[in-house]
Amino acid sequence: METSAAARVQPSPRETVDSVVIRFAGDSGDGMQLTGTQFTTATADAGNDLATFPDFPAEIRAPAGTTYGVSGFQIHFAAHDVQTPGDAPDVLVAMNPAALKVNTDVLKPGGLLVVNTGAFSLNNLKKAGYQNNPLEDGTVDRFRVLALDITKMTLESVKDFGLGSKEASRCKNMWTLGLMYWLFGRERDETIGWLKSKFAKRPKLAEANVAALNAGHIYGENVELPHGIHPYQVPAAHLTPGEYRNISGNEATAWGLVTGAKLAGLDIVYGSYPITPASSLLHNLARLKHFGVTTFQAEDEIAAVTSAIGASFGGAIGVTGTSGPGVALKSEGIGLAIAAELPLVIVDVQRGGPSTGLPTKTEQSDLFQAVWGRNGDAPLAVLAAATPGDCYYMAIEAIRIAVKYMTPVILLTDGYLANSAEPWLLPDLETLEPFPVEFRKDPEGFHPFLRDDHTLARVWAIPGTPGLEHRIGGLEKDRDTGHISYDPRNHHRMTKIRQQKVAGIAKGIAAAKVEQGEDHGDLLLVGWGSTHGSISQAVHVLRDRGHAVSHLHLRNIWPLPEGLGDLLHSFDNVLVPELNNGQLVKLLRAEYLIDAESLTRVTGQPFRITGLVEAVEERLQRSAR
Amino acid sequence: MSTNLPKQEYTRKDFASDQEVRWCPGCGDYAILAAVQRTLPKLGSTPANTVFISGIGCSSRFPYYMSTYGFHTIHGRAPAVATGLKLANPELDVWVITGDGDGLSIGGNHLLHVLRRNLDLQIMLFNNQIYGLTKGQYSPTSEVGKITPSSPLGSLDQPVVPARFALGARATFVARVFDTSKKLPDTLSAAHEHDGAAFVEILQNCPVFNDGTFDRITDRKTGPAYQLWLEHGQPMKFGANGEKGIRFNPRTLSLEVVTLGEDGVTEQDIVIHDETNHSLAWMLTELPGVVALGILYRCRGMVYNEDVVAQRKLALERFGKPDLGALLRQGHTWTVS
Repeated sequence: METSAAARVQPSPRETVDSVVIRFAGDSGDGMQLTGTQFTTATADAGNDLATFPDFPAEIRAPAGTTYGVSGFQIHFAAHDVQTPGDAPDVLVAMNPAALKVNTDVLKPGGLLVVNTGAFSLNNLKKAGYQNNPLEDGTVDRFRVLALDITKMTLESVKDFGLGSKEASRCKNMWTLGLMYWLFGRERDETIGWLKSKFAKRPKLAEANVAALNAGHIYGENVELPHGIHPYQVPAAHLTPGEYRNISGNEATAWGLVTGAKLAGLDIVYGSYPITPASSLLHNLARLKHFGVTTFQAEDEIAAVTSAIGASFGGAIGVTGTSGPGVALKSEGIGLAIAAELPLVIVDVQRGGPSTGLPTKTEQSDLFQAVWGRNGDAPLAVLAAATPGDCYYMAIEAIRIAVKYMTPVILLTDGYLANSAEPWLLPDLETLEPFPVEFRKDPEGFHPFLRDDHTLARVWAIPGTPGLEHRIGGLEKDRDTGHISYDPRNHHRMTKIRQQKVAGIAKGIAAAKVEQGEDHGDLLLVGWGSTHGSISQAVHVLRDRGHAVSHLHLRNIWPLPEGLGDLLHSFDNVLVPELNNGQLVKLLRAEYLIDAESLTRVTGQPFRITGLVEAVEERLQRSAR
Repeated sequence: MSTNLPKQEYTRKDFASDQEVRWCPGCGDYAILAAVQRTLPKLGSTPANTVFISGIGCSSRFPYYMSTYGFHTIHGRAPAVATGLKLANPELDVWVITGDGDGLSIGGNHLLHVLRRNLDLQIMLFNNQIYGLTKGQYSPTSEVGKITPSSPLGSLDQPVVPARFALGARATFVARVFDTSKKLPDTLSAAHEHDGAAFVEILQNCPVFNDGTFDRITDRKTGPAYQLWLEHGQPMKFGANGEKGIRFNPRTLSLEVVTLGEDGVTEQDIVIHDETNHSLAWMLTELPGVVALGILYRCRGMVYNEDVVAQRKLALERFGKPDLGALLRQGHTWTVS
């Protein structure tokens, strides 16, 4: 057969597959997050449903070539509904030995390994901890291997642009992306446009990157691939018609806050101290000053929350965003907002704990802290977003509850939601119900702790209003005058009122509802937060296998929705999967005296569908015995 | 009809709340409260537009005794609460009330940052050099060797000099005065007039746990020998008959106390106060055997809340009217039909 490079081989037929999981892995300086993001955009354009999972180290630039410096980006895309970034990848792109080392165990047997041999120097092999070259010693025999000197081919493709060797070599992520675009039939236009605008001030660099992208694509078109390796096509998914975009959780939260404030008719003051993985909330909001958003980069977490409280006292909606360690520092401030009964939204983008823990890894271990973590009897509302796009709606809901009930609200998201992207059907803004705030203006009969009979919310009277001058603070107030009170009976009554007010929020939200399956059966999986996709897919599999299993996902963690107790008692088994050491399960056991079981995973990674399915089947067998 | 509706003219009574004042008898806070209530009507302040924000401690009860808006917050955090309030509504006239423990110990960080940001508000730090509300432990301004329940053999900590802390934080207005001083109202007026964060340290007597600690300075008889009242453009003279003065010693780069007519000292040797001179202010914070009072330092600086408003305007000019629909569509979107 003619193998000269000049001769064009017959294009290999594209195999149609339903769903693919790809993991891009390389050094943290290799641009894997950008590569993944671009592939995501092109995949959304191709009409697939998708979910992504960026997985990067805590170090900004970890030493090159080391295993702890490996940065990964996983994308799951399909012709059907996708809710998780997938368990094990079908395709691994390994840009260096360390990336291969870290991911060898996760790639499916028979999976496709695309590997850059140009990075497999003795030195890099040693840094990754390899004694022998894994490409030669049988380590990768169980995979289909496409071993290419991507570095060399990249340098060849950009040699005419006069780049320095470092910059030229950095184009290899675009070469690889070009090859992957060809392999999965994606269009290059969006990425080319993006490169041109990103490097608008350095046209040579833009051109070089475009050339590398095209060269990778052309390589695929022209070269005869090893046996068993061929291009694929993944047909478009049947998504609900409408306008879509890709959205990450932190973007969605920021935009939801802006939308919620608009529906309330308020400006936002967002006080925040930078912390992983919540910082991009601050970045997103800082760009939205023209939407009535004032961002304040505070000197610490305490100033972040107390400035937000001061803003709410002044008639804006005070918001603060952080992660678990930051919430710990804010606890006293949150207690002040509870005592003073001021609206406040605290976004907790959870990460691995305790203490500094695992800053870049996801976890759901702040539930106790959110619900109970303050001195005194200090109730507030706790919400949890289920998907990146859901962060938008939960941020709106957080503001709605905060201003309606004059209470702090903690919105729990997590590192996975914050950084993952999914196609998101844009909301019809006209259908969002406004909830305009009315400040108290009338001095007649006023005192600051006058309450609404229905919601028990106190009046919101803001400085600058003549005739309503008043003093509030952290000391207990008299129920009937709002003055300081040390009266023991009054304190008892005020404690009960604060509790009743927050409990009453349940009357204004949807009752508990099973979202997949019947409202009775053998086993109910109760989830909350970012495990939504994994649990939903697992229940899908279990029901296909004929099990009487249902899924209920809580968005209101506190107060819990009405009717939940009855639902829990309608199942023989209740299993609560959480990315923590068992927190919601204890709350449910305490509230409903139910023998709910816990399923925990604290690895900094989302649940795997297969793991959930096995755990449920094991319990079903046990209870059948 | 409520009685506290807007009026043409306000009096001291209009700024006093109906709450019983609960400081210890003889506490310096009474004099400060009276001075503030007397001063506000003269400044054109209105109860509706005035807000007192405090932390925790004896001084922080202050807002309850004013008929303005008030927020008794948590320990040390008043400057941060005030910052948020000022960002939500820059038009409000905001006073922060704090103490040596609240402002320089637990809340030192926030005091530092509110001063360097130069928010337009007034900060009154009541310095009694002791923890009163927790019953008499030494504070960050207590002298070394202070015998208290928590330091039975004497405290070991070096004290912080509040005015020096403020200057170090780039405060644009630093004044010092004492609780019973007749000049307290004028100092407060100047602080209020200042565009930016005005820091006023008020030496305040705690009659229960640290009685008489400032007597030497504040006593009518002994005071004149220890009070150096600063006036911009005037020579730094003090003493019962103005016989003492401050001279700059170029060899030690420091200020020293001299007596006019002794050792050939004349009026020409006495330093003229320049409140815009940072180096001079720094030296004035701690003088040998005399306490500088009045306005140590005053300059113009960028005012944080004004710049925030300017950036909001700039954003509107640059990005146009906010459009949520366009925001959600920024970047790349696609349509599924």
